[in-house]
Amino acid sequence: MLRKEAKLSDKVFSEDIEKVPTRNGYGEGLVELGRKDKRVVALTADLTESTRVENFKKEFPERFIQVGVAEQAMATIASGMANYGKIPFISSYAAFSPGRNWEQIRTTIALNNVPVKIAGHHAGISVGPDGATHQMLEDIALMRAMPNMIVVAPCDAIEAKKATIAVAFNGKPTYLRFAREKTPVFTTDKTPFNVVEAQVFWESEFPKVAIVACGPLVYEALLAADELSRSDIGSMVINCHTIKPIDEETIIEAAKKCEAVITVEEHQINGGLGGAVAEVLSKNFPVPMGFIGMPDHFGESGEPDELLEKYGMKSRHIIEAVRKVIRRK
Amino acid sequence: MTIPELEKKANEIRQDIIKMLLEAGSGHSAGPLGMADVFTALYFEILKHDPQNPEWEERDRLFLSNGHICPVRYATMAHAGYFPIEELLTLRKLGSRLQGHPERERLPGVETTSGPLGSGLAQASGYAYASKMDSQKFIIYCVCSDGEHDEGNHWEAVAFAGKYNLSNLMVFVDRNNIQIDGYTEDVMPLEPLKAKYEAFNWSVIEVDGHNIEAIIDAANMAKAIHENPTVIICRTIPGKGVEFMENLPEWHGKPPNLGETIEALAELRTLGGKIASEHE
Repeated sequence: MLRKEAKLSDKVFSEDIEKVPTRNGYGEGLVELGRKDKRVVALTADLTESTRVENFKKEFPERFIQVGVAEQAMATIASGMANYGKIPFISSYAAFSPGRNWEQIRTTIALNNVPVKIAGHHAGISVGPDGATHQMLEDIALMRAMPNMIVVAPCDAIEAKKATIAVAFNGKPTYLRFAREKTPVFTTDKTPFNVVEAQVFWESEFPKVAIVACGPLVYEALLAADELSRSDIGSMVINCHTIKPIDEETIIEAAKKCEAVITVEEHQINGGLGGAVAEVLSKNFPVPMGFIGMPDHFGESGEPDELLEKYGMKSRHIIEAVRKVIRRK
Repeated sequence: MTIPELEKKANEIRQDIIKMLLEAGSGHSAGPLGMADVFTALYFEILKHDPQNPEWEERDRLFLSNGHICPVRYATMAHAGYFPIEELLTLRKLGSRLQGHPERERLPGVETTSGPLGSGLAQASGYAYASKMDSQKFIIYCVCSDGEHDEGNHWEAVAFAGKYNLSNLMVFVDRNNIQIDGYTEDVMPLEPLKAKYEAFNWSVIEVDGHNIEAIIDAANMAKAIHENPTVIICRTIPGKGVEFMENLPEWHGKPPNLGETIEALAELRTLGGKIASEHE
């Protein structure tokens, strides 16, 4: 059942749940930060509107910097600004930033250890019709392999706003992952959020499996948990919004309680959240695991829902994976 | 310091570069020797800085984009009083502050981490943009190689600095015409370099990179240009001061051995600081 402490929306399982893209939460968080601290600056590479920096630009034109279609310049210019003492947020599609400018991020932001905030938008396969070139499915792997980097993938628009605000003053290089598509808003302003703590959203009395998810697919995990409970399969759903540093304690606790784990992410299975969780468990408390995500494959054009269905990232796929992993216990 | 004193200092710095490279057993020879006069001019005349207080807020900032020539920066900083000259021999050794390519968090005063080419000018431009927002008085300097002009990231920064008229930014280009695979004009032609910068709304000054007086004059002139960023294209001879290294691309990325070190040091000592300019 839903954990009361998580203070999720009353409408979490209702048909008319509100849907908003996570990138909107980023845009709102950025404006709030702009009002809070003059050091906050925003850089874009010709994608101001779709990365939701438009309102920041309107309210703080003197702190908005357009660099043109030049993601490598955006990362390195932001490095210089952070080195000076600003708090720069750089926004583009994840396929280009950190996709194209990864080395610049590695050398001039991560190794240089300056607090640039990298917002990767349109991440995941749910970008849809734009096709494989724009469906970034490798960014978590790229960023979590990098020392000094914090990696956060919020589950809905409200959490996206909280995460944006929460990382602004952490003094560290940080990657924030956002999606294009409208997705259910199932957390509330009252849902606790702390970058270093994964949250248990669902916990049955006798859970047999822990579903560890990040990003908007956390919602699919909740749908799966609800469905499973009807066939008497208890579970836990953990919103692991922060992939690096990962909340080892919560994951190990869940593995001890359930003795089977499924990970869920809109990312390549190779090197993503699933890998991060497997690294923690294999060292501390190995249990059978299953992985929901992209199976070493590029995406293609299609509607977001069609793609999630085709590549196996819907609640029914999670349910199948749960049944399989339980048999392996 | 007088010009002859500065020339003598540049010669001492060259000798230390040779000794550092021998001790390290790896590293770049040509670039550091070629830029000894520019770095001497920078640290002993042009820059507003305090070696005892590397984080002094009002200091001018010097970004080194082509991090591989860091031996010249380290040697010049040591001579300027940032750290003991003996520490130069730790270059590239385990635990040293003098990394093979410079790192901001290891050695105060190096301003940024660099090595992968083409990214220094953008960082300097971001720094210059941010300091202009706050009406800071200091100047942001950036040293680049000519070879790294092959990188797209560099030209993205040239466009950015030109668009935003970053007049607090002054760039020194080490125009020594060599890169790892050969002569720049064979690998990927850069000329007409001056016209390219001008097309991006920059002021351009060309100077003999071994004439310390001319380098200082050029920097003074650049300080008086308030409408856009300035690039000073320094015509230099790679390996300058050591005849068997001069102008040869094969000396770009290797250190001298013991015999070559003895020969190089003997040559530099007999020069007595008098590096004849070949561009006049």
